[in-house]
Amino acid sequence: MERHFDEELKALKEQILQMGALVEAQIANAIKSLVERDSDLARLTIQNDHKVNAMDVEIDDASVRLIARHQPMAKDLRFITTAMKISSELERMSDLAENIAERALELNEEPQLKPYIDIPRMAEHAQRMVKEALDAFVNRNVELAWKVIHDDDFIDGLTHQIFRELVSFMLEDQHTITRAIRITFISKYLERIADHATNIAELVVYLVEGKIIRHTDT
Amino acid sequence: MSLQTAALERVIVRRRYADRLFRICAVLMLLIAIGTLATLLVDVFMAGAGRLSWQFVSSFPSRKPEQAGALSAIVGTLYMMTLTALFAFPIGVASAIYLEEYARRTWYARVIEVNIANLAGVPSIIYGLLGLELFVRAMRFDRSLLSGSLTMALLVLPIIIISSREALRSVPGSLREGSYALGASRWQTIWHQVLPLAFPGILTGSILAFSRAIGEASPLITIGALTYIAFLPDSLLSPFTALPIQIFNWVSRPQAGFHVNAAAAILVLLVILLLMNAAAVYLRQRYQKRLSF
Amino acid sequence: MPTAGETAFDIQNLNCWYGDRQALFNISLSIPDRRITALIGPSGCGKSTFIRCLNRINDLIAGCRVEGQVLYKKENLYAPGIEAISIRYRIGMVFQKPNPFPKSIYDNIAYGPLIWGVKRGPQLDAIVEESLKKAAIWDEVKDKLQQNAQALSGGQQQRLCIARALAVEPEALLLDEPCSALDPIATAKIEELLLALKKTYTIVIVTHNMQQAARVSDVTGFFLLGELVEFGETGQIFTNPKDRRTEDYITGRFG
Repeated sequence: MERHFDEELKALKEQILQMGALVEAQIANAIKSLVERDSDLARLTIQNDHKVNAMDVEIDDASVRLIARHQPMAKDLRFITTAMKISSELERMSDLAENIAERALELNEEPQLKPYIDIPRMAEHAQRMVKEALDAFVNRNVELAWKVIHDDDFIDGLTHQIFRELVSFMLEDQHTITRAIRITFISKYLERIADHATNIAELVVYLVEGKIIRHTDT
Repeated sequence: MSLQTAALERVIVRRRYADRLFRICAVLMLLIAIGTLATLLVDVFMAGAGRLSWQFVSSFPSRKPEQAGALSAIVGTLYMMTLTALFAFPIGVASAIYLEEYARRTWYARVIEVNIANLAGVPSIIYGLLGLELFVRAMRFDRSLLSGSLTMALLVLPIIIISSREALRSVPGSLREGSYALGASRWQTIWHQVLPLAFPGILTGSILAFSRAIGEASPLITIGALTYIAFLPDSLLSPFTALPIQIFNWVSRPQAGFHVNAAAAILVLLVILLLMNAAAVYLRQRYQKRLSF
Repeated sequence: MPTAGETAFDIQNLNCWYGDRQALFNISLSIPDRRITALIGPSGCGKSTFIRCLNRINDLIAGCRVEGQVLYKKENLYAPGIEAISIRYRIGMVFQKPNPFPKSIYDNIAYGPLIWGVKRGPQLDAIVEESLKKAAIWDEVKDKLQQNAQALSGGQQQRLCIARALAVEPEALLLDEPCSALDPIATAKIEELLLALKKTYTIVIVTHNMQQAARVSDVTGFFLLGELVEFGETGQIFTNPKDRRTEDYITGRFG
């Protein structure tokens, strides 16, 4: 039987997807403002964070109402609690994008340390993870979710590589230290964005299979 | 544990005996009641069955017991009961509808109710006195079929009202509400929903009331219905007789032959009574709508 | 026609007595047009009495007295000269226990239109079919319209009663605990039906099942001891009630 409730769940899903799209744009813009040294874009990205925050509040509110009004069970219940958690993961990602834009603003004040090669690669990868995690959520695709979880290792590897490279810059010339540290931060932010994407993927596994795989060695 | 079980066992056994004892008592009482009735019926049957013949039901009364018949009494009874039903049924049902559906619960409604309940218990001879004064004398209907039927109608009216009210009351309130909720008026609700459901009950109650009336002799004697009628009533105002009076008359004669006639007339009366009750059962079955509340 | 969400019923200082016992105390609220308004509260809180004031079916109860104002589309239902019959024609009602008439399915639906002057014939047939379709029961009964309605299951009977109410084309529908005698599946069907019907009708539902109120309604009122304790948007009532008593009731900490 088609339930009226299903329409409300669909609306919640739509909200998550809109928020996801906004967060993906935030990450892309933050990286673009760094690579293309576009401070206006960086400021715009920082400004836009409040939109994401507002959506997070909206989704939370909608979820609580759905729980209160429909006393959902089983997969409906898992869907709503998952939606709430995904919304906070997305909100944190947006905060990190804001942080990246802040560092970009600072870096854009000074001459470029070196051409950015690994950072865009890493960003691109992190963005793909976010997108795939959300796709996995929409399509209840556990395989894709597992792929995202495993992809995280690649990001971790890149983070180490960037870190080592920047340490060598700093050892060579102490004038680079401020800039190098800021870039290190950015790579760290990206790495954390990927972590949040992984969390979403883990939530998707829970949503579909009802198994909690967080904090377990898999 | 086992001690408790033993005690429990004893209690159960005792209860089972008490249960059986009570059942035996109840059956005995029933046998006494049925036995008495059966004895009476058999006695009447033995006495009267031999006298029953076409001659008996098609002849007028006569001074000679073996030539006498109950024709005028049978026809008189049938005429009278038909008229009584025509008078009492519409008035009784209408009164019941008024009291049950329309009357507000005021003090005079309650006075009327109490009075009707009491009237149902008034001895029939009192109705005879009322009929004598009202119909025979005041309204000058004389000792006619009309006076007799009107008196009988008065007699059965309270019973019809009471049983009709009972039948109306047994129609679930939820059906009335369902009808009112669609914007039906009170009358539409009564006519379309309440009456069809109450009708079998009203009918049964009324027929039982008429069954009581058919055996009444005292009111008719009181209004002075004749006992010797050698013709059939030809108008509402013509004199008449009825079976109970005829029976009463024959029983009080000294000749044994008339006593046999009385027994035979009783059998005729019983047959009419049974036919009426059968009609009640048949109509009830036919109109009974299945109600699953 | 006013747009959905505007006030349909405007109730001001409504008091109601059964004999000497006061059942409702100064109820004031406004019920929105083409929305579902749920009334909840423990047994004997006055919610049923209240809903029965909205189509004046309480008039039929001896000793029931109503004071205050009930405006429906700005018209005072208790004004002198207003016929209760015409109110009930515009405001339908469905009761706690399914109460189909002991007649055929067809005649149950046809009864309302017939007493309002529709003649038997194709027009009546069309009304019966349309009403049964609106109440989402047509497919289940279309082959047995001449069968006795009381042979239907409880859930079907209740949808039949909804169809019967819809047959006179009311503007509003009052439901007094319509699911309390039904199993969960039948209940779910009725709830889905109400959600579909609210596009066309103003719906007021009394329920002792607050989950049901939470699921179907847009606006909820909480009654307690004949008073309206809280009235507001359903999501707000069930997530963040303003009154302590409402909170105690909906969290099951009552008494």
